[in-house]
Amino acid sequence: MKQFKNLVRPYLIWSFILIVVPLFLIVLYSVTTGGNSLVNIQFTGENFKKIFEPVYMNVFIRSFKLGAITTGVCLVVGYMLAYVISRYSEKVQNILILAVTIPTWINMLLRTYAWISLLSDNGIINSLLMLLGLDPVTMMYTDFSVIIGLVCDLLPFMVIPIHTSLAKMDHSLIEAAYDLGAKPLTAFWKVTFKLSIPGVVNGTIMVFLLSISSFVIPKLLGGGQYVLIGNLIEEQFISVGDWNFGSAISMLLAVAILIMISIMKKIDPDENGGA
Amino acid sequence: MKKRGKIGSIIYIAICFAFFYIPIIVTMVFSFNSSKSLTRFTGFSLRWYQALVEDRDIMSAVGVSLSIAVIATAVATVLGTITAIGLSRNRKVVKEWLINVNNIPIMNPEIVTAIGLMILFSSMKIQRGYVTMLLAHICFCTPYVITSVYPKVRSLDPNLANAAMDLGATPFQALTKVIVPMIKPGIYAGMLLSFTMSLDDFVISYFVTGNGVANISIVVYNMTKRTNPTINALSAIVIVIIIVTLLIVNLVPEAVKKRQEKRVEKNKRMMQENMDSRKLD
Repeated sequence: MKQFKNLVRPYLIWSFILIVVPLFLIVLYSVTTGGNSLVNIQFTGENFKKIFEPVYMNVFIRSFKLGAITTGVCLVVGYMLAYVISRYSEKVQNILILAVTIPTWINMLLRTYAWISLLSDNGIINSLLMLLGLDPVTMMYTDFSVIIGLVCDLLPFMVIPIHTSLAKMDHSLIEAAYDLGAKPLTAFWKVTFKLSIPGVVNGTIMVFLLSISSFVIPKLLGGGQYVLIGNLIEEQFISVGDWNFGSAISMLLAVAILIMISIMKKIDPDENGGA
Repeated sequence: MKKRGKIGSIIYIAICFAFFYIPIIVTMVFSFNSSKSLTRFTGFSLRWYQALVEDRDIMSAVGVSLSIAVIATAVATVLGTITAIGLSRNRKVVKEWLINVNNIPIMNPEIVTAIGLMILFSSMKIQRGYVTMLLAHICFCTPYVITSVYPKVRSLDPNLANAAMDLGATPFQALTKVIVPMIKPGIYAGMLLSFTMSLDDFVISYFVTGNGVANISIVVYNMTKRTNPTINALSAIVIVIIIVTLLIVNLVPEAVKKRQEKRVEKNKRMMQENMDSRKLD
């Protein structure tokens, strides 16, 4: 019994150095000045004050807006897809769900790259439009292309949890609702949707978190001037070199996400038991 | 009414899947295009595949991606599995601490994990490059192995290892011959997850690499500025490999199960026939 107790030691040390210490460093960097040297360390609140300058506040607002739109689209499209899939026999459901998950296993950059050739000004969609005699539309480097890219990347994360809740549902409950005189829409809203709320909450949080912190898709499909939180952090670390300010933004992002996850756990007590 | 609903649902599924798969299909088709155009298919050729093999940057990136995925998965699988086994035998405080710490890389946005590691490596004065990328990949793969192995360990009878040792097995034998075989499904799931996560990663690799070391994602990221059909060829190969692997992983267990069922069925039938013939005698 006792023999295997010490097996956790390597990971205890590993996780402390590579998971806990980096978090401390981010916090430390976010409240100090002086960049990379720990010798002349100086505490300051400037980094957080800087975030509230209008230029940066706008980036936050823009990210949250885009995240909300992406999540909304994913929720509507994904819920319908999950619902439609859940009406098939178990065997067909398994195949369809596998088909939903396959794209998520393919390198995200390669999939995003494919969208560039579809959406660009002389891309495939515009050539089709011209064949039909319509005017070409500028789609690349707009909100539209960024949202398309994000939805395509994140939709499976909405479909899977909702489908899981819908598949677990007892269908006799809906029949009972009909027998008791409920109209189809009422039955759906009061029974099916209510029972799928855990999946909806999980999917919504997941998609929202991934979309506000993404920086690759906005950069590739939105162009260089399209700045979201993720791009702002990248800029601070890669090109500007203000690691302290970058750490402050990251910390704020991490805290915001932590709060959202704890809200999710309150709404959905089932998920607390896992792991 | 019902039939119309069914047709509607088929159309809806088809539209959604078109949305998922058209980019993938377009990439694969245009990887065989004979010209540089990404919109007009001018004829079949393998020139982009040849260009791919000859492109030293891409080939070295493929090497980096594969070697890091293999090493990181191997280390993460061993580290994650022994941790998951040890975890259930520890006091509650240690258990909760480790599970919570382990959840951090899963919950945190990738970019936060990435910059945390970047700051760590630079304050430890470690030159950023292949080694830092490998360490980072082990760091984000191990939590997924632990979360897929630990539930399997918890469902084991805790006396199994003791029984093995009472019967004369050394602790190491009890571990490798009794416990590990019983939690194999969890280990395989964790392995598959960490291998694909490592191959897929861009954000973390991008921040912790240096010295010109690049994996597939980083090379693609740097190449998107200009159209380059060589990437289509690379995509096509990656897509085929992943789809084939996933189909095998998902369909083979099903097929094996069916075959076993058939065999059982056959045995049953044979026994039945034997009984019947005996009755006739």
